[in-house]
Amino acid sequence: MQVPAPFEYERATSVDQAIGLLERLGSSARLVAGGHSLLPMMKLRLANFDYLIDINPLHAELGYIRLTGDEVRIGALTRHRELLESDELAAAFPIFRDAERVIADPVVRNRGTLGGSLCQADPSEDLSAVCTTLDASCVIRGPGGSERVVTMEEFHVGPYETAVGDDEMLTEIRLPLRPGGGSAYEKVERRAGDWAVVSAGAAVWLTADGTIADARVGLAAVGPNTTGIPELSAALRGREPAEDLYEQAGAIAARSCDPATDQRGSADYKRHLADELTRRTLRTAVARARS
Amino acid sequence: MTTVEEPKTTTFDDNDQKPVGFGRMLRKEDPRLLRGRGRFTDDVQLPGMLHLAILRSPFAHARVVSVDTSAAEAAPGVKAVVTGETLKGLGLAWMPTLSNDVQAVLATDKVRFQGQEVAFVVAEDRYAARDALELIDVEYEVLDPVIDVRQALAPDAPLIRDDLEGKADNHCFDWETGDADETEAVFARADVVVQQDIVYPRVHPAPMETCGAVADFDAVEGKLKLWSTTQAPHAHRTLYAIVAGLPEHKIQVIAPDIGGGFGNKVPIYPGYVCAIVGSIVTGKPVKWMEDRSENLISTGFARDYIMRGEIAATRDGKILGIRTNVLADHGAFNGTAAPVKYPAGFFGVFTGSYDIEAAYCKMTAVYTNKAPGGVAYACSFRITEAVYLVERIVDCLAAELDMDPAELRLKNFIQPDQFPYTTKTGWVYDSGNYEPTMRLAMDIAGYADLRREQEEKRARGELMGIGISFFTEAVGAGPRKNMDILGLGMADGCELRVHPTGKAVVRLSVKTQGQGHETTFAQIVAEEIGIPPADIEVVHGDTDQTPFGLGTYGSRSTPVSGAAAALVARKVRDKAQLIASAMLEVTVADLDWVKGSFQVKGDPAKAVTIQQIAMRAHGAGDLPEGVEGGLEAQICYNPSNLTYPHGAYICVVDIDPGTAQVKVRRFIAVDDCGTRINPMIIEGQIHGGLTDGVGMALMEMISFDEDGNCLGASLMDYLIPTALEVPDWETGYTVTPSPHHPIGAKGVGESATVGSPPAIVNAVVDALKPYGVRHADMPLTPSRVWDAMRGRATPPI
Ligand SMILES: Cc1cc2nc3c(=O)[nH]c(=O)nc-3n(C[C@H](O)[C@H](O)[C@H](O)COP(=O)(O)OP(=O)(O)OC[C@H]3O[C@@H](n4cnc5c(N)ncnc54)[C@H](O)[C@@H]3O)c2cc1C
Repeated sequence: MQVPAPFEYERATSVDQAIGLLERLGSSARLVAGGHSLLPMMKLRLANFDYLIDINPLHAELGYIRLTGDEVRIGALTRHRELLESDELAAAFPIFRDAERVIADPVVRNRGTLGGSLCQADPSEDLSAVCTTLDASCVIRGPGGSERVVTMEEFHVGPYETAVGDDEMLTEIRLPLRPGGGSAYEKVERRAGDWAVVSAGAAVWLTADGTIADARVGLAAVGPNTTGIPELSAALRGREPAEDLYEQAGAIAARSCDPATDQRGSADYKRHLADELTRRTLRTAVARARS
Repeated sequence: MTTVEEPKTTTFDDNDQKPVGFGRMLRKEDPRLLRGRGRFTDDVQLPGMLHLAILRSPFAHARVVSVDTSAAEAAPGVKAVVTGETLKGLGLAWMPTLSNDVQAVLATDKVRFQGQEVAFVVAEDRYAARDALELIDVEYEVLDPVIDVRQALAPDAPLIRDDLEGKADNHCFDWETGDADETEAVFARADVVVQQDIVYPRVHPAPMETCGAVADFDAVEGKLKLWSTTQAPHAHRTLYAIVAGLPEHKIQVIAPDIGGGFGNKVPIYPGYVCAIVGSIVTGKPVKWMEDRSENLISTGFARDYIMRGEIAATRDGKILGIRTNVLADHGAFNGTAAPVKYPAGFFGVFTGSYDIEAAYCKMTAVYTNKAPGGVAYACSFRITEAVYLVERIVDCLAAELDMDPAELRLKNFIQPDQFPYTTKTGWVYDSGNYEPTMRLAMDIAGYADLRREQEEKRARGELMGIGISFFTEAVGAGPRKNMDILGLGMADGCELRVHPTGKAVVRLSVKTQGQGHETTFAQIVAEEIGIPPADIEVVHGDTDQTPFGLGTYGSRSTPVSGAAAALVARKVRDKAQLIASAMLEVTVADLDWVKGSFQVKGDPAKAVTIQQIAMRAHGAGDLPEGVEGGLEAQICYNPSNLTYPHGAYICVVDIDPGTAQVKVRRFIAVDDCGTRINPMIIEGQIHGGLTDGVGMALMEMISFDEDGNCLGASLMDYLIPTALEVPDWETGYTVTPSPHHPIGAKGVGESATVGSPPAIVNAVVDALKPYGVRHADMPLTPSRVWDAMRGRATPPI
């Protein structure tokens, strides 16, 4: 049994109380959501914190999926399993269900949260790629009830680093709803439940005449962070969906990423997958947008 | 004789319906295990028990300059901190390995692999012990490590084993078998010679339960009681007597329930010795349970053979000779568990199931700065490597000859009338009938249809592969004339007592780690004396309760201890017959044995049951002249030969040409393990082994970076397969009983682990034929398959 170093533990009673504790305890404290990223690191003693503030009691307040007219809002404590099972979410953004099907395993999905996934900022995190693909914005709450909203680009500062300060908390993700949309996600893994060798998400929005109004691709595990690929979106906008266009997009994806060779695969292979999976997800996203 | 039986599907879970003897029945141990009532080492709780944690080296190769334990000693809850220097004072800093090498219990001079034991803390609880490790201050002088096995013998390679007198290089041993000149002559006149470099990477058994021990030394009695995760409790007891200088009768080793072994729990690990020392030093019981990372980085690995295979044949596909050159990575200490005269285990069976004219193997084993171990992970003493080599190289030959790999194998099989068959490397295969097994596998697979489907798919650019492997194993070590481990002969004891009411207890020297001994051995005894399995208690794992024997590994339990159980039951039955003759007032010759009772010939109404005989044996009244009271017997069985199970495996894979992901679509396994005792248990063993095979073929590898950091230190890094990676197994069987085993059984625990990797790799290589691929090394992860498709297949190490 791997055992963490000693720490103090407190259950949060409200968002503001949790932020108050963070404010007081500074970087020696950490929020724990699902715990599926944080606790393994603590057990391996790769990370040691003096205080853990458990925000699971706030699930009633921060676990939700809400569709408004032009937006989907998802609370930071919404669990993988809830994202997987929501038909409403799957109808608006099928990419979520695609992704959740290949994230970890049921045990992890029962506890792990959207907020924890984004805040962990692991370059292989699937939900970061999904949120990047959907052009999400992140709501960050700070001391005294202050709130700011940042884009995914701003949110991810570097590997394992986000815009969320020591005394702040991610509370919500907002996803713009636009007409004519379709989305998809694909992941190559060495084994079920493994982190991605590479994964890709794609979203397209078609005009009434079938041309691409907008398109976005988000990649995981091919660089320090998942970011949108503006050149790729620009190349697709205004064009008719077609195989050669996906090929072109795949080539842009491959050259825009920065993978490293590791046990999951060679950099060359990962670059190839960025291309291959970009093409596959675009194809599916367009088919879904049409239907 | 080979018979192909229809599989029976009924499983008897009602006691009244259970077979009295061989047949399908649910496992007697499962109610306990499934209800969470098993008792594993970590479940042992003793009054006043303390907890031990081990400090391990972060470096692969470094000089230990100093170890300061003062802060740790002062930490709350800490009872003792022990270093290599402390052990040196007790003469315990080093211990013998199972291969007559020595291994450091705690490092004194140098650390030689990442994860090596440096010091330990005993404290009031697990947390305090672990926390105190952080307070031990070790100063290391880092040395260059030897990681690339191919560089181990380079003249400028750093010297790893400077602890050995006069050692000037990293050479561990040389070994050869077969006839070099004869083989050279055969190769010289062959039409076709194919050569292929083949790597079997380092893998880890990764049992679900990690290793651990609870040591309880009673200073007043001078007695040591040790619960530990051991597959070989008796061998361990003797070794502790030698290492610790304790008298053997004062040592009791208890292996309680074990959560998987696969060879990982054969060696004695430093942690066990530390627990013993911890208990002696503190005067309290001490528990040590390693964590998952410790298990993966420091305990017995498997494989790690770099092989060059060569095969010679005629143009029409008659195999003439096989030759191989092997470089074996044994890590920092030679901790291989193998019979002493077999430093390469049973790798000598690399000639496979084929009737050939000559064979030769030359092996060099070296030390590297990696964890010690060697023979582990369901490998039948290196037969896994041997079978992989021959089955891969035969496929390479098939490709070269443009011949169907099934046809090539069928053409070269040893024929039934050639058994017992002596191979060119001196192994005497006891029995076999290969063609029906192969044909059955091909029938189940629908081999011809599969080849047609493949052709159609290839035409459409789809990648489908069909892989075959045919294996012969050599299990059941072994005859004591040539097999021993550290001087302990590999015979097994067994004891059977029938109580007055006709219930029995059978005491084994082997120990289950999940194989189902409590059921199989009850069935073996039931078959012989007609007492229902439910009435037979199987006792094993406790050295004070069981006769001596060498334990469970190398698929040896049924071939050796299974024979002992059958023979001891026959001894009891012979005595029962004497008593029955007195009870029925006829001569012994006038009695018929009808399972469970003796009947008077020609008058079946006049009969006594084994239960009645048991009561008479213990009861009042005279027994026949010369017959002692009681109904029990003891035996020590020395096998006259190994047993040689065989099997034919066919694997079908699909590969996504865009992502290079391999999907195992079908897997057909036809096994012949001789007499089948409990078919359900056999199938369980096969299913598990096949899953192991998928793991090794597609994802498992313990690798290191250039500094010697182990890159497989967690189950997120070292992948083992899940239900999602394996197909529905399609199993079948033939029965070729062993002629020298009392019930004709052959052992099956490792067959599937041995036989499946080559079938899977052969299937992948077959699928990649359109890319001109002839070989690709395991593990065939998508990235490595993609490399192979690009003509850039790279060995894993
Ligand atoms: C075996 C296994 C396999 C996995 N496989 C995958 C996979 O294939 N793909 C994948 O994407 N992920 C995978 N994961 C990760 C999984 O999705 C985690 O659940 C997720 O990364 C973290 O979510 P969590 O709620 O558990 O976060 P936690 O572990 O609780 O927290 C992670 C970090 O985020 C911080 N944090 C959490 N919530 C907030 C918040 N609201 N505001 C500010 N900071 C916060 C914490 O302080 C901590 O630093 C895997 C995990 C495991 C254990």
